[in-house]
Amino acid sequence: MSCCGASPDFDDLNAVSRLISARLAAFLRTLRDAGFRIGLAEGQDAATLMSAGYAARPSLLRSAFKHLFSARKSDWDKFDGLFDAFWVGRRVRSRSRTAGLAQGASSPSLKGLQDGATEPGGKQALADQIPSSDDAPDRRGGEGRMEGASRAENLAEVDFRKLSDPDQIAQAHEAAAQLARVMRTRLTRRDLARRCGYRLDLRRTIHRNISHGGVPISLVKRQRKDKPLRLIVLLDASGSMSAYTSVFLRFIHGVLDEFHEAEAFLFHTRLAYVSDALKEKDAGRALDRLSIMAQGAGGGTKIGESLQSFNRWHAQRVIHSRSCVMIVSDGYETGDAALLGQEMAALSRRCRRIVWLNPMMAWAGYAPEARGIKAALPYVDLYAPANTLQSLRALEPYLAKL
Amino acid sequence: MKGRDEIAQALAASGYIADAELATAISLMQLLRRPLLLEGEAGVGKTEVAKALAKVHVTELIRLQCYEGLDQSSALYEWNYQRQLLAIQAHRGTDSIEDQIFSEKYLLERPLLAAIRRAQAPVLLIDEIDRADDEFEAFLLELLSDFQVSIPELGTIPAITIPQVVLTSNGTRELSDALRRRCLYHYVDYPDVDRETRIILARIVGASPSLSLQIARMVEGVRKEELRKVPGVAETLDWAAALVGLDIRDLHDAPETVHETLICLLKTHEDRARVTPEVTQRLLGRVA
Repeated sequence: MSCCGASPDFDDLNAVSRLISARLAAFLRTLRDAGFRIGLAEGQDAATLMSAGYAARPSLLRSAFKHLFSARKSDWDKFDGLFDAFWVGRRVRSRSRTAGLAQGASSPSLKGLQDGATEPGGKQALADQIPSSDDAPDRRGGEGRMEGASRAENLAEVDFRKLSDPDQIAQAHEAAAQLARVMRTRLTRRDLARRCGYRLDLRRTIHRNISHGGVPISLVKRQRKDKPLRLIVLLDASGSMSAYTSVFLRFIHGVLDEFHEAEAFLFHTRLAYVSDALKEKDAGRALDRLSIMAQGAGGGTKIGESLQSFNRWHAQRVIHSRSCVMIVSDGYETGDAALLGQEMAALSRRCRRIVWLNPMMAWAGYAPEARGIKAALPYVDLYAPANTLQSLRALEPYLAKL
Repeated sequence: MKGRDEIAQALAASGYIADAELATAISLMQLLRRPLLLEGEAGVGKTEVAKALAKVHVTELIRLQCYEGLDQSSALYEWNYQRQLLAIQAHRGTDSIEDQIFSEKYLLERPLLAAIRRAQAPVLLIDEIDRADDEFEAFLLELLSDFQVSIPELGTIPAITIPQVVLTSNGTRELSDALRRRCLYHYVDYPDVDRETRIILARIVGASPSLSLQIARMVEGVRKEELRKVPGVAETLDWAAALVGLDIRDLHDAPETVHETLICLLKTHEDRARVTPEVTQRLLGRVA
């Protein structure tokens, strides 16, 4: 396979390489648009490959580029479609969209694969502008003329269920993902600052003291490294929570992405393990997969039974000494409330902290009357509302203290 | 440059049945001199790739198993303190002792240093990189781009040969973008029936082609059940070895034995409870 590698004239080579590099540059741009992280070195290597004879057969080139440009499973899976669309001219199937994402109906083209959720605004805003310029000030009322920062502040206090504008929802999603990132960094820094030696490190002590002829004068202690916090999120995806599910899904996606160790479960009438589905880097795609799982089978919420299956099948694996279980639910139990109490007790014996987030808590006149929540509350360490971004943010110092 | 067909053949000769894409990846590794990052479920044969690669090139395999808390002293180099101390005691009062004890004689090579100091380029397997800490990953990135090590007491040690680097990850932690970009990426999936049949034939002595095909089909069926821990190739081979050992020629002859030996494939209590004799019967029905 060395057809055009070694000997052609300099001019030929030049012309070919010009043609190739223009086409290649366009392909790289397409890939970057689709979320691939590609640097200059990869571009050069791609050019090397093409001149080394890999361009002779499309299947060979596809396979070679796939290895070079992919960096994770999600890239790996979507590469073939992108390659075919660009080089072979096949159209790519557009994927379904999560309801409520700030993305209109998009044409089934390459651009359609671009993730609307990671960069709201942009083209979308452009498409929006002309038809909606009249009603926009009305819809936003008094805050229509306010600028960036203050609007974000405002958004933090808006109840999730009152968000109707797709743009706002997208912003809330973005903020939730951002929040998850911030929580992670703070935690790590705390861990580093808290390190302190408690045991003598003989090996390093001897090494340090070789200059003293082996007499141990300056001692080296062994530093204990804290295990990072593991966060386990159990999200109620039943009908009564539907107004909040999408924001929390986005938050959980951010948490799984940023925490070293995090696991996520969904429950309605039964429990589903969703960490794998959420490991997808592309947020839009992950949410797509999840929203299918999140659709309740109808017929209420069986928190007790879901917890039972969590305790039975998953707890041993996912819970360790520094685990915090976060339950996001309104506590309307349609199953057996006694079972819920019993399972909460079992759970509290196993993990360090249980946080129960209840979006309904902030509603005027809400009191924890539901049988389910009454049975569960004795075992909960922190019971907090979580209906706005601000209230989510308020949790962060608590988690850092664990 | 070796073509990918030659590479696939050479791998097959060493006992690893590769698909065309993996062969491409390996030929790219040699052409572009980039490390290869293999991801995939546990037990699909990621580590085996490196072993087979070492066999193909008739070279040494140097393995670094990553774990939480892995640091430079166990991955790169360490001074031999005991010998240094002995030397100090023995040569007390000599001036040149300091030069002596920080020489290569007192240096303990760990896998990463060993990998760049061989006369013939070895295969360096960095296993389960996702278990190591972030800091170690950053350090590794530096090593993989420069292939030189600086030891404060000795100076910079350049690579004698550049090893072929294979990294594996199980995805217990998200790796950094920088490391991912540096590497070629290959996702190792569960093999299809055809390839799994060939793997069984290549690895299990005494397995007939018809039995191998049946086993591969059965395993494919089991993988489609909703299981917690999906069986990998290693489990398939275990099961095939068990069946051959029990002298079974055809899966339909002994459904009870098939069901009992499924413990080779199902590794959690939950999965075991889920695959009842009826399920086994149904799966067997599809094997044909």
